[in-house]
Amino acid sequence: MKDDLRAETIRISGHGGDQIKAYLAQPVDGGSFPGVLVIHHMPGWDESTKEITRRFAANGYIGICPSLHHREGPDASPDDAAAAARAKGGVPDERFLADAAGAIAHVRSLPTSNGKVGVIGYCSGGRQSFLAACTLDVNAAVDCYGAFVIGSPPENMGLKFTPVIDRARDMRCPLLGLFGAEDKYPTVEEVGQIEAELKRLGKTHEFHVFDGAGHAFFSPDRPSYRQAAATEGWKLIFEWFGRYLA
Amino acid sequence: MCSYVTEKTPVEGSGKGPQGWFGLSHASVYVDHPYFTPLEHTLNIDFIREDAGAQARVAVELSTESARALVRCIESALAAAER
Repeated sequence: MKDDLRAETIRISGHGGDQIKAYLAQPVDGGSFPGVLVIHHMPGWDESTKEITRRFAANGYIGICPSLHHREGPDASPDDAAAAARAKGGVPDERFLADAAGAIAHVRSLPTSNGKVGVIGYCSGGRQSFLAACTLDVNAAVDCYGAFVIGSPPENMGLKFTPVIDRARDMRCPLLGLFGAEDKYPTVEEVGQIEAELKRLGKTHEFHVFDGAGHAFFSPDRPSYRQAAATEGWKLIFEWFGRYLA
Repeated sequence: MCSYVTEKTPVEGSGKGPQGWFGLSHASVYVDHPYFTPLEHTLNIDFIREDAGAQARVAVELSTESARALVRCIESALAAAER
């Protein structure tokens, strides 16, 4: 555990060359470190996601979390920007991927980078983490209860998510999946279907479904928080990234 | 659950936000995890003006029971006014 960190808001070059905000947290005691791209949940670039980013730094990683809702409100509060993004149908995949690529490139440009970068995402960010693992140059990925990896939202949902399971053949890094048995987005059945496809394709993966947990069990500031699942989940995350990003 | 379901409708009217009154263009209605209310899920309504930036928003998070009661009150008030 590292107590001495530096955390700051920076600008990175994202989709279309836009200079979007990103939260960067890193150890300050020298050496070289792997990076972790943290993808925030649908409620936005909020305090709890920044805490997650700092947690990676405290455990010896360069954590970076771009604001995927920057265009909707560069100076708005995270909840206002998230509401604006939701009203537009969510973040387009093309924009997300370019923003994520910009964040990854920034981490690798740092003199303290060891060149390896992992990606982790929560909620809608879980699907985006899966998509990044199939598209971008990353070395390990974690999907925390991402919905619509498989299956499309009903038409009345108002969101433009499309399934990304057909991209699985291009997955270029090991994937850890962490899910709640009581979640409906995704359901346990859907998690099983995703796992079966990864197995069929011979992709390195490890899935865990926690009993007594639903969606957002990692969120310590919400009633959905489940201490046992979150504690075990964090242990699995650090083992996964420790194995593939060292 | 994180429902992802978002119903959106154009609305005519005004809302009062941190910067005062502004004209509304839409309302987004969804059931999801709340930001502030200490419940697992709430019925959330964002009254927004899309061309005025993300800050042009009046937000409420209601328990499902409260939301249904509100729907009944709105219908009742409108029906009474039309009599």
